[in-house]
Amino acid sequence: MKYVIIGNSAAGIGCVEGIRQTDKDSEIIIISDEPYHTYSRPLISYLLCGKTNEQAMKYRGDSFYTENNVTLLAPERAASIDVSGKTVLLESGKTIPYDKLLIGTGSSPLIPPMNGLDTVTNKFTFMSLDDAKALERVLEADRRVLIIGAGLIGLKCAEGIMDRVKSIEAVDLAPRVLSSILDDTGAGIIQRHLEKKGLIFHLNQRVDMFDKNRAILKDGAHIQFDILILAVGVRPSVGLVKDAGGEIGRAIKINAQMETSLSDVYAAGDCTESLDVSSRENKVMALLPNAYMQGECAGVNMAGGSKAFDNAIPLNAIGFLGSHVLTAGTYAGEVHTEYSGKIYKKFFCADNRLSGFILIDCVEKAGIYTNLVRTRTPLDTLDTELLFRRPGLIAFMGVERKAMLGGVR
Amino acid sequence: MKRVYVNEKWCLGCHLCEYYCAFTQTDKTDMAYALRGRKIFPMISVEDSGAVHFAVNCRHCAEPLCVKGCITGALSIQDGVVRLDQERCIGCFTCILSCPYGAISPAEDGHAVQKCELCLSTNEGVPQCVKNCPNAAIVFEDRG
Ligand SMILES: Cc1cc2nc3c(=O)[nH]c(=O)nc-3n(C[C@H](O)[C@H](O)[C@H](O)COP(=O)(O)OP(=O)(O)OC[C@H]3O[C@@H](n4cnc5c(N)ncnc54)[C@H](O)[C@@H]3O)c2cc1C
Repeated sequence: MKYVIIGNSAAGIGCVEGIRQTDKDSEIIIISDEPYHTYSRPLISYLLCGKTNEQAMKYRGDSFYTENNVTLLAPERAASIDVSGKTVLLESGKTIPYDKLLIGTGSSPLIPPMNGLDTVTNKFTFMSLDDAKALERVLEADRRVLIIGAGLIGLKCAEGIMDRVKSIEAVDLAPRVLSSILDDTGAGIIQRHLEKKGLIFHLNQRVDMFDKNRAILKDGAHIQFDILILAVGVRPSVGLVKDAGGEIGRAIKINAQMETSLSDVYAAGDCTESLDVSSRENKVMALLPNAYMQGECAGVNMAGGSKAFDNAIPLNAIGFLGSHVLTAGTYAGEVHTEYSGKIYKKFFCADNRLSGFILIDCVEKAGIYTNLVRTRTPLDTLDTELLFRRPGLIAFMGVERKAMLGGVR
Repeated sequence: MKRVYVNEKWCLGCHLCEYYCAFTQTDKTDMAYALRGRKIFPMISVEDSGAVHFAVNCRHCAEPLCVKGCITGALSIQDGVVRLDQERCIGCFTCILSCPYGAISPAEDGHAVQKCELCLSTNEGVPQCVKNCPNAAIVFEDRG
């Protein structure tokens, strides 16, 4: 058996670990266009503020490839796949045969057309170690930074460079920060927190035009900057599968076994869309835990095992300069909120299930809530009043708890 | 593999396991001296409600969501034990959001997490919470 994996990140590494659960020997080839040992992508902002380094940010140890008998081809970029001939063609001209193929190509930065963007010299995206290194080279204490996009990536970037530049301003079309994962109240809490640390926001705004070091906003205001960061959004990298005739929706379509519509081609991670059990909708859940678990599931199945990953949900855990935002699931249904100035909790319940939640600065035992979302646990089997006040297994029925904790002999 | 199990019926809710767990993490020889007047950060926690008490710590799951979801690779399984490399943890708390048991918590400085590793570092062969439970409510057994 010959396994080929395109992408050397969470999905690809998950796939290796999935394959090796059953097949200890067959050859595995990873094709990666990044010239690095596998690294944790979310750590690129921590690299800039000195909380990690290139060694510590490796996603797996130095001996990972040798221990798992993996050949890493990097930097090499896959140009196309030939599904009938079962080969991957590399841009370098090489052809790599496979029996089972995983597409773990992730996503790439989305850069919408913007007037005058070509007049800006110091412009960056923020998705890779090379992006971080390029940005590193221009960071100076007297530089003013403008970030387009106040979502997860834009704000993590801001956190990473906060103490290394003079000022940071962020513009977003949405009326609130982190608009895809927070409601108005939650976003307000994080916005105020970041404003206290010095960030300046221009929400409900758009850049009409760039003119070298100046951005002119929709409302006519001008922002002077030295460094421009484009963090508007990401686009799933679906090209290889699309060109081979595979089914694409918002991203590569996969089933619970991580199979694409092409035979012997699996896909996992940010390049895929799959079922979110909290909303029963197909979604691109571009988050690392999902990428890993999808990759692992694909690997098990590629090696002849049988595994389904059929309880995926969106899941976000992000810190911003000392504040912690935890969210999971879907925001639909009856709402229970608690806001005490310091902490914020919001639960969404529908059809006797917890569909999702937002927690700010109250992280304790939050996984107990996540588990209820993921497993669709009926809420009438629990003491929900107790549970929403404080997460604990105490809210479960005794028998249920005994089963969870390993029973009593 | 041997894991820590709690017999809810025998748990008195005395919270001693939490103190011993916190004490194990210090380099002191006297528990009162080590912990007096301090907020403790144990890796086992006792839940109480009325007459019901029980302690919870890491289950060392065979399919650990914390390890699979760890965004840095700081969590791993070694010989069946879910281990944490605190140097590589950046405290994003994805594992806290993932653990169905609530068994992972922020470490004292808030910049990383902490979790039970079965007192492997004490080399005593038995976790301190088990050893010091006054009512033998916490046991260390192989239940498969
Ligand atoms: C700044 C930042 C912060 C983040 N923070 C968090 C967080 O806190 N929590 C969280 O859950 N997620 C976070 N994410 C998202 C997380 O990084 C992704 O969900 C995760 O990396 C997805 O893994 P993946 O393997 O699917 O894809 P990726 O990590 O995107 O890796 C895909 C790889 O495939 C390569 N590739 C693509 N096409 C080809 C080709 N044709 N040939 C060869 N190689 C190719 C790419 O270059 C890349 O190396 C963050 C992302 C960023 C950028």
